[in-house]
Amino acid sequence: MQRIALRRVSGCMRAAHSQSRMISSSRRLAAPTSLHTFTEEEQMLREAVRRFAKEEVEPKVREMDENESMDPKIIQGLFEQGLMGIETSADHGGSDASFTSAIVAIEELAKIDPSVSVMCDVHNTLVNTIFRKYGTDAQKDRWLPMLAENKLGSFCLSEPASGSDAFALQTRAVKDGNDWVINGSKMWITNSYEAEIFLIFANVDPSKGYKGITCFVATKDMGIKIAKKEQKLGIRASSTCTLNFDDLRIPEENIIGGIGKGYKLAIEILNEGRIGIAAQMIGLAQGAFDKAVPYTYERKQFGQAIGTFQGMAFQIAEAAIEIEAARLLTYNAARRKEEGLPFTKEAAMAKYYASVVAQKVSGSAIEWAGGVGFTRETGIEKFWRDSKIGAIYEGTSNIQLNTIAKFIQKEYS
Amino acid sequence: MRPSSARLLNILVPIKRSIDYAVKIRVNPQQTGVETNVKHSMNPFDEIGVEEAVRLREKLKDAVKNITVVTIGPTKANEMLRTALAMGADKGIHIEIPETLSPEPLGVAKALKEVVNKEKPDLVILGKQAIDDDAGQTGQMLAGLMGWSQATFASKVEVDEPRGVVTVTREVDGGLQKVECKLPAIVTTDLRLNEPRYTSLPNIMKAKKKPIEKLSAEELGVDLRPRLETVKVTEPPKRKGGAKVESVDELVAKLKEAGVA
Repeated sequence: MQRIALRRVSGCMRAAHSQSRMISSSRRLAAPTSLHTFTEEEQMLREAVRRFAKEEVEPKVREMDENESMDPKIIQGLFEQGLMGIETSADHGGSDASFTSAIVAIEELAKIDPSVSVMCDVHNTLVNTIFRKYGTDAQKDRWLPMLAENKLGSFCLSEPASGSDAFALQTRAVKDGNDWVINGSKMWITNSYEAEIFLIFANVDPSKGYKGITCFVATKDMGIKIAKKEQKLGIRASSTCTLNFDDLRIPEENIIGGIGKGYKLAIEILNEGRIGIAAQMIGLAQGAFDKAVPYTYERKQFGQAIGTFQGMAFQIAEAAIEIEAARLLTYNAARRKEEGLPFTKEAAMAKYYASVVAQKVSGSAIEWAGGVGFTRETGIEKFWRDSKIGAIYEGTSNIQLNTIAKFIQKEYS
Repeated sequence: MRPSSARLLNILVPIKRSIDYAVKIRVNPQQTGVETNVKHSMNPFDEIGVEEAVRLREKLKDAVKNITVVTIGPTKANEMLRTALAMGADKGIHIEIPETLSPEPLGVAKALKEVVNKEKPDLVILGKQAIDDDAGQTGQMLAGLMGWSQATFASKVEVDEPRGVVTVTREVDGGLQKVECKLPAIVTTDLRLNEPRYTSLPNIMKAKKKPIEKLSAEELGVDLRPRLETVKVTEPPKRKGGAKVESVDELVAKLKEAGVA
């Protein structure tokens, strides 16, 4: 008998962004439910994204990976399905859905193609959220509809000399009349090749250190130069480019969150983004698992399906345990965020562990499929190549461990 | 007779919750049927029906007043109704039955007759058959019970709302047949009629607010108990391996050996 999903009281939709659990008006009190509880909409979304990914994305996965290029029809498809404005309010042309809905969509996309998944993740959890949380009403009215309808966004923080040490960034913004003039470079920027809207972090006053960092929004036609497109090990269809800003002129009204607030903004947003990456990684692990395991029940050696040999069965069981554990970490972090509870530690744990599981399970998936797993044709090896980035972007694994350790030190000492 | 002026179309789309087409079905240990503890979803032909209704609205705009979906199914069928609402239907009707009951086409047709009398649709679009029992009878039986025209196995549906007529291209064994039916009429869908849309997230969220009315078979005065008893269900015999041949001559020789040529 399925547990009743906690439903939102319809008048409180907007306010429910930080508090999605409302007590049902029936006799039933809000009994705590398992982490497998999703609202009807979240379940329907999962089903819809699963179908879309299977029918529209899957046929193109190999080609996009081999060509290192994202099919524009897929980008368009994501917009048409309302997957690029998941949490954006209906007033701004979005889907007005929960944060967990975004996590569900990212997970389902990753089961088919982690490259498509990360594009959707960055656009929703980093770009859209910055406008929703820190934009003025005028900025929201201006930018959110475009981002929901057809313009891809990009989040530009890292530079050649600043990755983990993000706030040592060197891109400079200098006031000139009513504009700011930006000079510098960004590196490792996801979505940059196809994006039209860019959130750029630049320092307006290096003497203030990180307190000078400010977030600017720019459009491509303002003069952003896309330089080198990286050739990567994995998520090859996701564009990763170097951007150059050469006297890029941005009007004052394009500052998001206020001068000098960029540091705080980036830290908070990356926290949420971490849960998105965790979702991508668990989807990836599940995708690899779902491709390899059925094969082990068909492939016979020594007169027996190889998946039924105890050694194999044990490995498969362990992989399933790890995926489930990573999934629970991810969804619990998502629900904590929705409830307005602190979630930094949980998000770091989810991202770290999910990336570890993704590597491990996708690696095992190749081995379970044997020679066939090693060829590019079946698409199993692609998951393993794609998984490596999980330990690197949006906060390296060492940074996650550092974050978690600090919480523990605070608690125990 | 219906007035022929200023008709606004009401469309009724009955849908069935059946085992998902992608599931590998297995006969249950009792050999009374297949294992049902598997993924279920909207019968694909019914989904095509919902899609066609939504497309008719997109084409005829305000001439389509209402699209109602109805199902006879267990509590879990509610999700499927929501999906139909997310595809663009306006309201749902859920005739709830216990999970153990599998209604048969005549029972379904009789229940639908009551719903038709209540909702007064001009067009009823059903799937040509459900992929679990493959009966292919309900639409035809409903037409018989109502005394309405029927156009089955539709691969194209055109509604001339002012004239009160629906023109249906049917896929029949010999090719394509075009029939024109006066409304109200019954249409059953075939595979090539359309490709159903994905339910986009904004539409999923909108579907939350659309109403689902609950009815019972008793209220409708219909007896849904089965008239047929399934005696035994078994798997088809396992495919035996074949052999590869190197040339046409070898093929002919083997066919002769097998007594086929």
